[in-house]
Amino acid sequence: MSEPQAQASDDEPTLVEAAPPASPLDGGEAVSPGAIGGHRTWSGPVRLLVLAVALAFVAFGVPGIIDRYWLQIVTSVVIYSIVTLGLGLLIGRAGMVSLCQFLLLAIGAWVALRLDYATSLPFPLLILIAGVVTGLIGALIGLPALRLSGLYLALITLMAAGAITVVLRIAQFPNGGGGFFGNSAAGGASSRLPRPAIATGDTAYYRYCVAVALLMFLLALWHVRGRPGRAWAALRQSQATAVAAGVNVTLYRLWAFALASFMAGVAGALLAAAAGGVNINQFPVQNSILLLAVVLMGGVYSLGGAVVAALLLRLLPALLDNWGVSTELLTILFGVGVLQVLLTAPGGLVDQVPKDLANLGRGLRKLASPRRAGEEAAQP
Amino acid sequence: MIEVDGLTVRFGGVVPIDDMTLTLSGGTCGLIGPNGAGKTTFFNVLSGFVKPVAGAVHAFGDDLLAMADYRRARWGLRRTFQTEQAIADLSVFDNVLLVRENTQGGRATPRQDVLDAVAFVGLEPEADRRVGTLGAAQRRLVEVARAVVGSPRVVLLDEPAAGLPDDETEHLGRLIRRIPEEIGASVVLVDHDMSLVSACCETTAVLDFGKLIASGATAEVLRDAHVIRAYLGTEEEV
Repeated sequence: MSEPQAQASDDEPTLVEAAPPASPLDGGEAVSPGAIGGHRTWSGPVRLLVLAVALAFVAFGVPGIIDRYWLQIVTSVVIYSIVTLGLGLLIGRAGMVSLCQFLLLAIGAWVALRLDYATSLPFPLLILIAGVVTGLIGALIGLPALRLSGLYLALITLMAAGAITVVLRIAQFPNGGGGFFGNSAAGGASSRLPRPAIATGDTAYYRYCVAVALLMFLLALWHVRGRPGRAWAALRQSQATAVAAGVNVTLYRLWAFALASFMAGVAGALLAAAAGGVNINQFPVQNSILLLAVVLMGGVYSLGGAVVAALLLRLLPALLDNWGVSTELLTILFGVGVLQVLLTAPGGLVDQVPKDLANLGRGLRKLASPRRAGEEAAQP
Repeated sequence: MIEVDGLTVRFGGVVPIDDMTLTLSGGTCGLIGPNGAGKTTFFNVLSGFVKPVAGAVHAFGDDLLAMADYRRARWGLRRTFQTEQAIADLSVFDNVLLVRENTQGGRATPRQDVLDAVAFVGLEPEADRRVGTLGAAQRRLVEVARAVVGSPRVVLLDEPAAGLPDDETEHLGRLIRRIPEEIGASVVLVDHDMSLVSACCETTAVLDFGKLIASGATAEVLRDAHVIRAYLGTEEEV
């Protein structure tokens, strides 16, 4: 004998949550990295080839067709794609949200600058240390994530962002030079990190940034495909199922924060050596929310979404500016965009645009041959 | 072999497990009782999701309650959930690999262990499919594969046959009977399907309102008058 299903659940508290909601901010089950991207039909080698050609064009073709101003813009797109990559991983894979990633960018830049004033470490090592230090700070900020989630976690990280701003102001970031803790008025309002010897020119430095970004994307891919990716997938579904599988929840939660922050730190160090260097006005707290918006719009369930997000964040304002349109428009545009993502297109632009184009193509084909479509419909 | 001694769980004024003392011998043990009897709470205590106010649980001589929750899986404790919890985003293979790589010890290489576990439940053709695209019965099997991969010592099955049609339940029953011998783990089975429990379990314990009311050989327990009254319900003779 078996009892009816409706009675089959004991009225005891269980840690398994039923029917999670579908928005990316809640890490829902209805929408998931696996479900999104499943429509791709390209085979592995073809995709790899297309990606390689695209990458070669980005590294060698793009600098040839744009002037110095746009090269700076594109360089910052590449650098910011590392930040959006980290935040996308945190939201889409680990199912947590942080509103302090933009300020961690400043921390990364700061650490790299201070290390440069104090030591004569080579540039790659500066980036690495800036990343690791920022990663540690990020993990520290992520500690509340062990107890909180959703809105409360977002609030805590936003407060952390505010706190970092206060520290930057008090310390008069980027505060000149002279040793690790030195302060020199000669540095002025903005500081620039000396570039590596192999990449002193703008074009060479652009390629250097592309190479570092590529490494970060590979690091992300390695995480997503590997053991951390599987552990995060379990955590996203429910904490109970992760624990029952032996996943160290504390470790993987903090690791996600550390990884995202490491990437922000690396990007910050790169930014410090970009044209114009860094100054305190570059890092307003509200940009953290802007960052969250573009990451959601780009798409958090695919690594390509990070590139789209960076284009929205850095290229779109420059384009609007160029066309004489007020960049204030962006706030409205991003607001509508985020609403769209949360309501209908959880995979973001990187997932939705190919789908929409395919639908449009089908629609156009049908319009072009209405008779055949009619015949098809007549024969079930 | 699990020894439970004086276990008590309290949620405010509710006492879902009340001074429970029980020995679950090896092989496959059934744990039955009406809804709210404390079966799932007992599993949650073993998993570390619920902290008891009193009592002790020893499994093969190790103090289970002293271990951090995720370390219990490493020790060899596995479970399935009443509402099936195979990870929808991962493939069948990755679902099982997740457990293998986060627990200790195995029979062969991680890859081989995972393939063996997938073969054990008969899901080889679906190994690379995303669990979210599988049907309810196959997802239950994924959970069983997760429970048997590597070196499990105690496998807790929480209503594994809930919602399954009869033929799928029979298949599951055959699998459950093979676990102690082929995998070498003790099984504790909670289910409302008495035919499944009597087909799989040599011994059975009965809970009612958090108290143990009977335990022993399955056939005898199911004949016990107390059990019939508490669980199956009988008309009181006047």
